[in-house]
Amino acid sequence: MTGYILKRLLSAIPVLFGITVIVFLIMAMIPGDPALAILGAYATPENVEKINRDLGLDAPLVARYFIWLGNMLTGDFGTSFSLNRPVIDEVLDRFGATLLLAGTSFILCAILGIAAGVVSAARQYGWADKGITFAVLLGISIPSFFLGMMMILIFAVELRWFPVSGMRMAYGGGGFADVANHLVMPAIALAVVATGVVARLSRSAMLEVLRQDFIRTARAKGVGEGRVIWGHALRAAMVSIIPVLGIQAGFVLSGAVYIEMVFQWPGVGRMLVDAILKRDILLVQGGVVFVAACYVLFNIAVDVAQSLLDPRIKT
Amino acid sequence: MTQGILNWTRRGLLASGTALTMALTLGAGDAAQAQTPPGVLIVGQIAEPKALDPAAVTAVNDFRILMNIYDGLVRYKSGTLEVEPALAESWDISEDGTTYTFHLREGVKFHDGSAFDAEAVKFNFDRMLDEDHPFHNTGPFPLAFFFSSVEEVTVVDPLTVEFTLSAPFAPFLSNLAYPTGLIVSPAAVEEYGADYGRNPSGTGPFSFAEWQSNTHVILNANAEYWDGAPELETVVFRPITDANTRTAEMLAGGIDLMVEVPPVSLSEFEGDDFTVVEQAGPHVWFLILNTKEGPFADKLVRQAANYAVNKTALVENVLEGTAEVAAGPIPPAFAWAYDESLEPYAYDPDKARELLAEAGVENPELTFYVTEGGSGMLDPVAMGTAIQADLEAVGFDVAIETYEWNTFLGEVNPGLEGKADMAEMAWMTNDPDTLPYLALRSDAWPDKGGFNSGYYSNPEVDELLETARVSTSQEERAAAYKEMQQIVQEDAPWLFVANWKQNAVTSGAVENFALEPSFFLLLKDVVKN
Repeated sequence: MTGYILKRLLSAIPVLFGITVIVFLIMAMIPGDPALAILGAYATPENVEKINRDLGLDAPLVARYFIWLGNMLTGDFGTSFSLNRPVIDEVLDRFGATLLLAGTSFILCAILGIAAGVVSAARQYGWADKGITFAVLLGISIPSFFLGMMMILIFAVELRWFPVSGMRMAYGGGGFADVANHLVMPAIALAVVATGVVARLSRSAMLEVLRQDFIRTARAKGVGEGRVIWGHALRAAMVSIIPVLGIQAGFVLSGAVYIEMVFQWPGVGRMLVDAILKRDILLVQGGVVFVAACYVLFNIAVDVAQSLLDPRIKT
Repeated sequence: MTQGILNWTRRGLLASGTALTMALTLGAGDAAQAQTPPGVLIVGQIAEPKALDPAAVTAVNDFRILMNIYDGLVRYKSGTLEVEPALAESWDISEDGTTYTFHLREGVKFHDGSAFDAEAVKFNFDRMLDEDHPFHNTGPFPLAFFFSSVEEVTVVDPLTVEFTLSAPFAPFLSNLAYPTGLIVSPAAVEEYGADYGRNPSGTGPFSFAEWQSNTHVILNANAEYWDGAPELETVVFRPITDANTRTAEMLAGGIDLMVEVPPVSLSEFEGDDFTVVEQAGPHVWFLILNTKEGPFADKLVRQAANYAVNKTALVENVLEGTAEVAAGPIPPAFAWAYDESLEPYAYDPDKARELLAEAGVENPELTFYVTEGGSGMLDPVAMGTAIQADLEAVGFDVAIETYEWNTFLGEVNPGLEGKADMAEMAWMTNDPDTLPYLALRSDAWPDKGGFNSGYYSNPEVDELLETARVSTSQEERAAAYKEMQQIVQEDAPWLFVANWKQNAVTSGAVENFALEPSFFLLLKDVVKN
């Protein structure tokens, strides 16, 4: 197992290296440069040149890449010019917020999705199955940012149950209850689509398993239906559900970008959008590399979990 | 058996659902409904500030915070764009207009306790302008060129400071009133170095208390303020980048004051619970016309375009009344320099067709650069489309090319030659000199480092602008600007469209709030119940 994990970690290195090249090239190729973002209408060629010099953007492309990569390997992600702050501080700050949001959504989608899928499969074509299938279809079809805006209108502006946006109250907030209260709407808005997908696939995975011989054997031996479904069948179905969860984790993480914009959640997705608009090169590059690294690591963890659950997968 | 499981499941779901709802309601109970307390003003900003160092920032969004922490030597008289004393009680200008001697206010202290004096003033300008200054590395200072005419700052005595300019420069005082001229505490810069922008200290009505990234900047009242203590105890600036979310926060009571309300959202605030405040500012929205080549090389065609566009419909329908029709290159907010007799080009399609016929052009083809958004650009895509329709109605053939703001500036600022016939543009300035000087002179063509991207050139205009820039008499300057406006309107190097009215919404608990023509946000006298 250790060897397998090590092998997977090593194979992640070229992936991450490729990501650094791609994000660097994209930032180098998109038109408009940071000096224009800083100076706006005052961007004379002379002023632009001066700012580019101050930001070290006058060096050749290849040199800039290797300086950036070299610094990053020593843990120095550079300084964001639009926020005047070390990139790594900003990314870590924001990533914590994203993790809280995406993590909550992920847990919601995993628990509710699997539960709905199992119930649906256990009562195939029953009222519960039909109801859940309908709800799932609805959930998958609503774009999450639209759902978010509607939730704000109904639950924050009209009913005033929850705050509109942000992660804590602007004045005097910040406690657990305050943050939890701000978390409810964005976490649900973000979880809806993923929950639908998980429910659908859990249902088909369960139906597949429920048809198998060992289930019939278990029932024949008089194992209670509860144990058959939640014990035997679900455990076997988890092998096909876990990779779906892995994919949904990525989905929730990337979906967080819209949700963070709508709910002004101070996460890494909103940070990247702002940074791209301001052409804050180092912040975009550092943020993308960091998020990509987390995603790659998470995927490895999912694979490892799967191989632990299913001994048929070669380690 | 199956029934039993589903019963359990249903019951379980019901129970957990109820628990969740209760938990959420409890959470909501102690936080969400709480209105903001009296004396605390929550301001919805459009973005996270970059830094709270006035020398290092360029965005109006940052200025809104800075103007409440700092003072300059001079400031704009409330409701106008004319300068009045602030940290300097008075000043003398030498005959030749190159030496400004400021007499400073006595007994003023920075929030960190250090004294404000002539040395502090010198420190501020040297830091920005002198590359050998020990704290020049706390920059970069992108708007330092506002003071590029300053040759030397001399301390005469602790309360007298002298600025020597390389040449007479009339906008100097007005530039000092701009945020780039705000005075920071040298002691704080020495203490925090490059981190000064997150640990600011000024002399203003509010002192900096806390900056939590992406959440808020908090300022507390400065009870010792030389111009009287502010009414508020605390101001909280919250960055809310999404305009819809900002509107929702305002409707839900999460913020007390919202700036830059999108025109389409204004109707939400019509009730008695809110007050909408409007103020015309030093803003011009125009189209740069390429006077060097193509159809617009002919003055008659440029005038025809000015007649062809229905500006009134643009400001009333597209901008929902958040702007007024512009008549010329200087906005009316500069009351002393604005020529009241200037009438905007009327909407007259027939006249436009006549002029086109007189110029002997038929269906002139135009490439029109439109941006998706940007500082002061209002609603550029919708406006661009409406303008296109108006121009096509009189016989122009207009092809729109749309660019994202940064890319757009990269295309437009180097000049339109060989690329386009017209481009959208908007400027907000602090002196009537700035825009025409940087964008209408022959010496301001892009290859000479200016913003005259349409290559307009009229020696008379050049001369008038030079005169206005070096004269120290406001009357003489005003006369020159008025003459310049007449000529430029006639020459039509631009298609003059709109002057933006800045807006803000306050909740019923807020009193005594007004917007300034400078577009600054001054909160000293605001009351929050």
